[in-house]
Amino acid sequence: MNRFMAWIAFLFGATYFALPLLGMAEFSLSMRRGVYSLDAYRAVLADPQFQATFAFSVVMALFTIAFGILLVVPTAFWVRLKLPGLRPLVEFLTLLPLVIPAIVVVFGYLRLYNTSSWLPMTGTAMGTNILLMFGYAMLALPYMYRAVDTGLRAIDVATLTEAAQSLGAGWGTILAQVILPNVLPAVLSGAFLTFAIVIGEFTMAALLDRPAFGPYMQILGANKAYEPAALAVIAFAITWACMALIQLVTRFSKHARAQR
Amino acid sequence: MTGMAAVRARALNWVGIVPFAVFVGLFLILPTLYIVVGAFRTPDGAFTFDNIIGLNTASIRNAYWVSLKVSFLSALLGCAIGFAIAAAITLGGLPRQMRNPMITFSGVASNFAGVPLAFAFIATIGPAGLITMYLRTELGINLRLYGWNLLSTWGLIVTYLFFQIPLMILIITPALDGLKREWREAAEVLGATGLQYWRMVALPILFPSILGTMALLFANAFGAVATAIALTGPSLNIAPILLYAQIRGDVLGSPNLGYALAFGMIVITGAANMIYIMLRIRAERWLK
Amino acid sequence: MAFLELRNLEKSYGATRVVKDFTIGVEEGEFISLLGPSGCGKTTVLRMVGGFETPSQGAIFIDGKDVVALRANQRAIGMVFQAYALFPNLTVAENVAFGLKVGGVGRAERGARVAEMLALIGLRDLGDRYPFQLSGGQQQRVALARALAPRPKVLLLDEPLSALDAKIRVSLRTEIRAIQKRLGITTIFVTHDQEEALSMSDRVVVMNGGRADQIGTPFEIYNAPTSRFVAGFVGTLNTFDAVVTDQAAGGVTLDDVPLVIGRRLPVAAGQTVGIALRPEAVQLGRDPSREVVLPAKIVEVHFMGAVVRIAAEVAGRKFTIDTFNRVDMPPPAVGKSVEISIAARDFLILSDPVEGGQPRL
Ligand SMILES: Nc1ncnc2c1ncn2[C@@H]1O[C@H](COP(=O)(O)OP(=O)(O)OP(=O)(O)O)[C@@H](O)[C@H]1O
Ligand SMILES: [Mg+2]
Repeated sequence: MNRFMAWIAFLFGATYFALPLLGMAEFSLSMRRGVYSLDAYRAVLADPQFQATFAFSVVMALFTIAFGILLVVPTAFWVRLKLPGLRPLVEFLTLLPLVIPAIVVVFGYLRLYNTSSWLPMTGTAMGTNILLMFGYAMLALPYMYRAVDTGLRAIDVATLTEAAQSLGAGWGTILAQVILPNVLPAVLSGAFLTFAIVIGEFTMAALLDRPAFGPYMQILGANKAYEPAALAVIAFAITWACMALIQLVTRFSKHARAQR
Repeated sequence: MTGMAAVRARALNWVGIVPFAVFVGLFLILPTLYIVVGAFRTPDGAFTFDNIIGLNTASIRNAYWVSLKVSFLSALLGCAIGFAIAAAITLGGLPRQMRNPMITFSGVASNFAGVPLAFAFIATIGPAGLITMYLRTELGINLRLYGWNLLSTWGLIVTYLFFQIPLMILIITPALDGLKREWREAAEVLGATGLQYWRMVALPILFPSILGTMALLFANAFGAVATAIALTGPSLNIAPILLYAQIRGDVLGSPNLGYALAFGMIVITGAANMIYIMLRIRAERWLK
Repeated sequence: MAFLELRNLEKSYGATRVVKDFTIGVEEGEFISLLGPSGCGKTTVLRMVGGFETPSQGAIFIDGKDVVALRANQRAIGMVFQAYALFPNLTVAENVAFGLKVGGVGRAERGARVAEMLALIGLRDLGDRYPFQLSGGQQQRVALARALAPRPKVLLLDEPLSALDAKIRVSLRTEIRAIQKRLGITTIFVTHDQEEALSMSDRVVVMNGGRADQIGTPFEIYNAPTSRFVAGFVGTLNTFDAVVTDQAAGGVTLDDVPLVIGRRLPVAAGQTVGIALRPEAVQLGRDPSREVVLPAKIVEVHFMGAVVRIAAEVAGRKFTIDTFNRVDMPPPAVGKSVEISIAARDFLILSDPVEGGQPRL
């Protein structure tokens, strides 16, 4: 009885998850009448807009990841080491992006940092790109911070730091050579997740009017029939790859830890 | 002297989180506050309630209402279905090989939101989608005649569930793993049925996690713009799409009314989380 | 028929049989311990009685009824787990009331019974606490009260004391036994602590490899172990193999040192027999009332307080000797040559074959 219900729940879930994936895959192959073909993919990949926006988003993702690591690792480290009383507050702040809708935050950006404001970031393309990167970093903050903080919990930060200090290491050395390698799997997990989030993000890029992959997909969706499905398959594959990399990193680090 | 040194050391401690504080302040708190303050201001900067009152039009009320409905229902269904699946793979006695793929897939699906997700659903149960066509040509069932429309409240809910259910699975599976086998056995040997065990022991223990996920799923759906726009275009009247249109082209005809609209969204997601925190405190009397 | 009867119980997981031909009858109100090393199947037997495992073969009777087909919640059994397993979301009183509530007992009666139970375990004032606010010993007492509240026919305890620290373990031991006697409830107690088993039980079942090796009162188990395993597992023992010289009169030699057992031996002259001796049955010095006196050399001395444990070399073998501490008699010096005396009746004869023969499985 119990097991029967479990099978029902599982099969229901599996079906619900599988059908849209099947649907988009089938649709993406149906561009040519009557036969399955890769025409939709060919059309998408050959589109210079696709190449440009995708490259833009990849670069944005890389910068966001770099910025996120530089911001989160020292902060999480410092809070654990020197300001443990502040942890609840910092944790609360890092979770806020899950509560405040991104569209509201970016609305605020548009008003705070427009050309007539004290910090006219939207005045130039580069400025807007930087603003967008900060926005992405804000979106990724909950995931990045949690991953790194969990990684730090597994190591004895205080002892490691004291040991390094007693050997004459400065803060930069400690962070780069002692802390970072120890939380690298966590950092990489956060990084891949950030990549998955940034690459398809729509709202911020569209409202800041940047030529990113998300808005491109939306425009294509409004104008074409088969190409969007091909794009969806590509986006799904990217997400899947990111998650697979996260699993790989975690498994690898467990392995390394077990060997010690 | 040592006193001075201690003060300086303590001050130095605070220097360490300055970058974080500046970032969060400039790119999260200030923008949000700006909206909140703007909601209570006239264009010349005087204090007013007019913007909030201005929200009370049929169209805006309707937008909030549909948003609330979609978010609440998709969160509720996401929790229920996700719970059932998580329970099936943890406690249901399914082969162990089914568990990891389901969890991995949930990790992927919970991040597969936005524009491509909408495309996948259009390709499946949209007007020319795989299932729609199959049912029409093979079985002679025209979904449209049964009232099905992907570009509707329920279409949105069904689509949102694709990331809501996996999120629930991801969060609740560890909690289900935390249920001790002995609790179940103790209840059983005391004469409880499976249902009584769930009602009196397991669900109360899981309640805080379920509530927390529910609040998260609600906020998740309430702020979702991309999926909705890609699915329905700007036509569906829900709060985030209305706000999107307002930001792009001031469709409401008053910037400050836009602030009020955004403020309303913060209030709603904030309230959902307040309710969650309050219920959680009540539900966790028995926790350390 | 006994009140609780297990007949030829068997349990296999795949190809491994973890419980084999397990038969015992427990009288009403009796306290039985299952004693044995880790992995010998104690928990499995208990869980079969509790209804959490289905026996591969055999029958379980409670009060004359075969319960094998009944689910755990229909067997009227109380169970106490090693890790307390209190419901963390319920107060102490609610935990104790749980069985009554699901059994449909009315609120007033429930309250009275809970109060009675809390008084029984001496935690009258802690009814409103949550489990996390209790110490381990208190939690385990609440678990006992919870198990007893619905008046089960049989009480099962699976190593209920092993998660507690030593002092509480000993005091709770007496308390559990006292409560059990007061209520007269039929009880099976699983433990791998022999002291616990011997001190609490009416009878002890020593288990080995899924089988009941010996069933008997603590006195019998300790003084008349029937197998090498039981002899070795319960208490400390000096064992040695001697060659029989006279089967009827009980004469053997131990490396040419003749010993008088004074009883008929199970094997014929010329063959080897297993002999055992408790450390406390050996006395230092010459005692004319004892039949056997042997020369020995002190090898080690451990002063443990009430007991002084001495290792001595006797006939080329190491003997363990326990003597009580006495103010007027300091322990002997290491290296000293002494004599030891043994009464013939203290020799235990191990009936199962000696090494080289087929060991019992
Ligand atoms: N579900 C199971 N599947 C396979 N083997 C099992 C299972 N449960 C128990 N066993 C095996 O059965 C044997 C007996 O286990 P049991 O738990 O009854 O031992 P025990 O005497 O209670 O030991 P301990 O003192 O360590 O609690 C062990 O060898 C164990 O590995
Ligand atoms: Mg056991």
